[in-house]
Amino acid sequence: MSAVAAPAPALEPGTQWRAFWAVLYRDLYVTWREFPAFLAQVILQPLFLLFVFGKVLGTLNLTQPGYTNILFPGLLSLTAVITAMQALAFPLVAEFGWTKEIEDRLLAPMPTSFVVGEKVLFAVVRSLIATLIMIPVGILILGSIPWRWAGFPLFVAGLLLGALVGAGFGLLMGTLVQPQRITLLFSLVFTPLLFTGCCQYPWPQLEQIRWFQIVTACNPMTYVSELLRGAMVPYVPHIRPWVCIVVLIFAVTALLAVGRKGFYRRAID
Amino acid sequence: MVPVESEGLAVEVVDLVKRYPKAPVNAVDGVSFAAHAGEVFGLLGPNGAGKTTTIGMLTTRVRPTAGVARIGGVDVIREPVRARAQLAVVPQQSNLDRSISIRDNLIFHAAYHGVPARERVERADELLDQFGLLDRAKDKPDFFSGGQSQRVMIARALMHAPRVLFLDEPTTGLDPAARLFVWDRLRELRDSDVTLILTTHDMDEAALLADRVGVMDHGRLLALDTPEALIDSLEGEGTLELTADRPADGAVVDALGALERVERVETVHLAENGGPGPSPESQPLRVRLYLTGDAALTVAPAAAVLHEHGLALQDVKLGTPTLEDVFIHLTGRSLR
Repeated sequence: MSAVAAPAPALEPGTQWRAFWAVLYRDLYVTWREFPAFLAQVILQPLFLLFVFGKVLGTLNLTQPGYTNILFPGLLSLTAVITAMQALAFPLVAEFGWTKEIEDRLLAPMPTSFVVGEKVLFAVVRSLIATLIMIPVGILILGSIPWRWAGFPLFVAGLLLGALVGAGFGLLMGTLVQPQRITLLFSLVFTPLLFTGCCQYPWPQLEQIRWFQIVTACNPMTYVSELLRGAMVPYVPHIRPWVCIVVLIFAVTALLAVGRKGFYRRAID
Repeated sequence: MVPVESEGLAVEVVDLVKRYPKAPVNAVDGVSFAAHAGEVFGLLGPNGAGKTTTIGMLTTRVRPTAGVARIGGVDVIREPVRARAQLAVVPQQSNLDRSISIRDNLIFHAAYHGVPARERVERADELLDQFGLLDRAKDKPDFFSGGQSQRVMIARALMHAPRVLFLDEPTTGLDPAARLFVWDRLRELRDSDVTLILTTHDMDEAALLADRVGVMDHGRLLALDTPEALIDSLEGEGTLELTADRPADGAVVDALGALERVERVETVHLAENGGPGPSPESQPLRVRLYLTGDAALTVAPAAAVLHEHGLALQDVKLGTPTLEDVFIHLTGRSLR
């Protein structure tokens, strides 16, 4: 014992990025290995909504023809936001609360902001995979989906911003919610978010129910749904895309900033 | 200014303070110590003494309020990323990745630390073999007992060849064979110049493994020395534990304390396992005498004192003080 320690070596360049990609690789590896479970988690809900509201009600003539064109962009929005949120919220509550799995990442040679960044990026990747899966599913159930190549840039912007909004919500909830309250997440957050995000109806037509229009305007998901309608079904009255983009950029920035702060509070005493 | 000596130190802590927001007192209140490469440093203390917070600061998970902490000369506050590359932590509670096999746990941990792909696979198999886990390499951590998880976590910690390994209660809850196994591995690590910082309540463990021991309480380091020196520092060189046949009052204790070579008398209360024990007054007298010189020489005079007070000596235990006596002497007997 009592050997003299050589001074610690300087960090090799790229050490932190190697750690970042390794953690992302681990998350993708686990997703790939549990792909059926992932599919069930992300597409079951929009699948049933699509089937009941789009196919069943349409076949029974309980909805107007063309309703599916309003519904489908909304369901993509729902999938984008909810998938990203689930990818962050539940794992974070568990990892900070009882499995403590996150400790190994927090002790990896990278800044804590990289651990947050990886979580967000992974949530976005999961969200994009889920929304892309919804496209063939939509075609399969509805026979066809509204599609315009001219709206493609807006479509991509909508999916990305939707995923980031969901990731922001997930980060916020995952670091704020106590493990014993996890069931409250469902009833108090998921359900209201699901029904006030203009996923099943276009926002401008809510004029007839003014107070509800105001409520929905407070849900960032509304702007994702409207942005995707602007991209896919521009003939349906919708909020102007630039308004949606501005509001969403603002919402994403705010949610990620507050969520990051919550993460730091949990990660470092 | 960094003193020149600190360059050779694996771990260095100077006047470290942690006060949590809204807390009335400092959780860690000006702690300083250092450990060399290949040294085993034991941090002892009752629950809430500040051990975990001290380790938390050294491992970049707790932000110090004041003071300096260095790992291999790297300031953990200024360069947390570089510090993390030098250290590994084995917590008391399993924090293994439950979604992947234990082999993958090892491999991914090494990947986080930038170990090249082929090397991490070879190293994982090597360590799994060394820790007797090779046949369970493909199992997920959910199916592992506490002792097995502990072994996996130590193996995982070694994947990136850390210079400093922090272990929190490494053998608490392990069966005797597993405990001996872990001790052997830790000794091997020490011999390969890894610095071990272990927190423990287990005095035998500390006395057996640690080159030096720091005793903490109320956020302060009360004593810091080799286990032998700490034991020697206790007044007296021997102890004598006496049990009488009946309860007795303080007069007997005073009379025993007045005997030649007796430095201190401590009454030992026996708590019954389970249910409420008899009150101290109704228990037969049991005392521990701390002595200078040979304990055997005091047996006859002590027996005589008991006899004078109408008590009969029932049991005698001669002993030298242990680290546990040091611990109790420094931190007291109150329960936290």
